[in-house]
Amino acid sequence: MNDAPPWRGPLLLVIGVTAVWQVLYLLVGEIALRSPAETVASLAGLLADPRFWPHLRETTLAFGFALLLAAASGLLIGITLGVNRFARDVAEPMLVAIYSIPKVTLYPILLLAFGLGISAKVAFGAIHGFIPIALFTMNAVRTIRPVLIKTGRIMKLSPPALMWRILLPAALPEIFTGLRIGFSLTLIGTLLGEMFASQRGLGFMLMNAIGLHHVDIIMSITLLVTVFAVTVSLLLIHLDRKLPR
Amino acid sequence: MHGPGRQGETHVRLEGVTKVFRGLGRGRPDVHALGPIDLDLAKGEFFAVVGPSGCGKSTLLEVLAGLATVTEGTATFEGRPIKGEVPDGVGVVFQEDACFPWLTVAENIGFGLRETSLPAGEVEARVRRAVATMGLDGFAGAYPSQLSGGMRQRVCIARTLVLQPRLILLDEPFGALDQQTRLLMGEELLKLWRETGATVFLITHALDEAAMLADRIGVMSARPGRLLEIIETGWPADRDSRIIEESAFGAITAKLWRHLRAESLKVLGKGTDAA
Ligand SMILES: Nc1ncnc2c1ncn2[C@@H]1O[C@H](COP(=O)(O)OP(=O)(O)OP(=O)(O)O)[C@@H](O)[C@H]1O
Ligand SMILES: [Mg+2]
Repeated sequence: MNDAPPWRGPLLLVIGVTAVWQVLYLLVGEIALRSPAETVASLAGLLADPRFWPHLRETTLAFGFALLLAAASGLLIGITLGVNRFARDVAEPMLVAIYSIPKVTLYPILLLAFGLGISAKVAFGAIHGFIPIALFTMNAVRTIRPVLIKTGRIMKLSPPALMWRILLPAALPEIFTGLRIGFSLTLIGTLLGEMFASQRGLGFMLMNAIGLHHVDIIMSITLLVTVFAVTVSLLLIHLDRKLPR
Repeated sequence: MHGPGRQGETHVRLEGVTKVFRGLGRGRPDVHALGPIDLDLAKGEFFAVVGPSGCGKSTLLEVLAGLATVTEGTATFEGRPIKGEVPDGVGVVFQEDACFPWLTVAENIGFGLRETSLPAGEVEARVRRAVATMGLDGFAGAYPSQLSGGMRQRVCIARTLVLQPRLILLDEPFGALDQQTRLLMGEELLKLWRETGATVFLITHALDEAAMLADRIGVMSARPGRLLEIIETGWPADRDSRIIEESAFGAITAKLWRHLRAESLKVLGKGTDAA
């Protein structure tokens, strides 16, 4: 397993997905699907079209902000709850409850609060992403072996140094898992936000294309988002494995 | 001749030190873990503690390290009370593996040094020397997960010793090592002790280790741990593991065992021989 080159898994994945896709296309036909080759071609066309760029820019920006917000608030909340037993006992059930409600139900409220612009999508993306990051971080911090903290105290580390030099690195592998899940959910949240109420972005384009039955565009955007998500996920998994634990 | 510090000033003083862990409600009873304990450690002496499992040895060490507060009594180090704050000049090697898994061997050993104001070159030199002394040559760049349990413990020992503490607290530091390495690491410790003049407080479950290394050995009772007796070994300061051949060594170990057998039986719930 370990001596296989790092690109072997992803390569097999691409080949596998393409093959399944091609077979599905042959079975279902032109009404609902395009072939892999056609989709790549229409995606290339889309990327070459200057009218497409503002949409891509909008989504990238919204997603970037949402992820930043989700990561920052998730880490902050997670560390606070991990260190503070009382706060954890109070907040953990609430977080789990919020995590389990379909967040779409919150969207009208967000729209009222933020309007139709980019901030509503950012908020919607961040709401999806921050809870797993907070929960994973909390658990990671809570389960740090006390002897590591004691060592830090013996070395007379100040509280911030204890946090940066021991707490965070000790919790990092698990925090990373949280970030990976948070990344995917933030992306979903951002796109969902664009699909329901927005005038720009990939989600908006997708919704439009569905209305007009533009299979080419639906397929192209799906491919683009999928390639992006899978690439980043694989990268994160790769980094995760390289963390010493 | 006795060890270097036996006639010297008092370095550590424990008076009526007692520790009770509160049960924190819901019918959980308090645990009287330790004491009362009265003990003076002379500056530069090598003191070993033996006692049955769970008798409060680690708790005593945490009190000395300033990691745990006492319920009653006072503990002083260099004339100042230790009150839930780690005093300057104290180094600890814990019973559990305390290596930082995200740092290499060299980074682990230099961890505390980097917190000091020492120049980077001096830090590196000390780390390099410690790597060699602890027999970790060739592993400076390795991560703890790539080491055996015994090697990891040596990393922790090195990480403490490079800081040149005046009081070294060791909690079963050689527990993970095989017998041969244990004796040799004991010799290393003796050498370091002689060179630095530090006061050493060593917890061990190995009676031969205590008998070979220490100037004095405190024997603790079953929980709540109290000092049953303090045995003077009378070894010269320049001893090494070869003293295990001396007849006095056998006598000391036998005496330790006599005390410990009864206490350990209590822990196992078997009562005494008479029962
Ligand atoms: N944080 C704690 N809360 C409650 N009880 C504790 C706590 N720490 C230790 N104890 C109890 O105090 C007693 C002494 O524990 P300690 O770890 O000091 O024993 P020990 O002599 O070091 O044992 P061992 O030889 O197994 O290492 C034990 O009965 C233990 O269960
Ligand atoms: Mg112990």
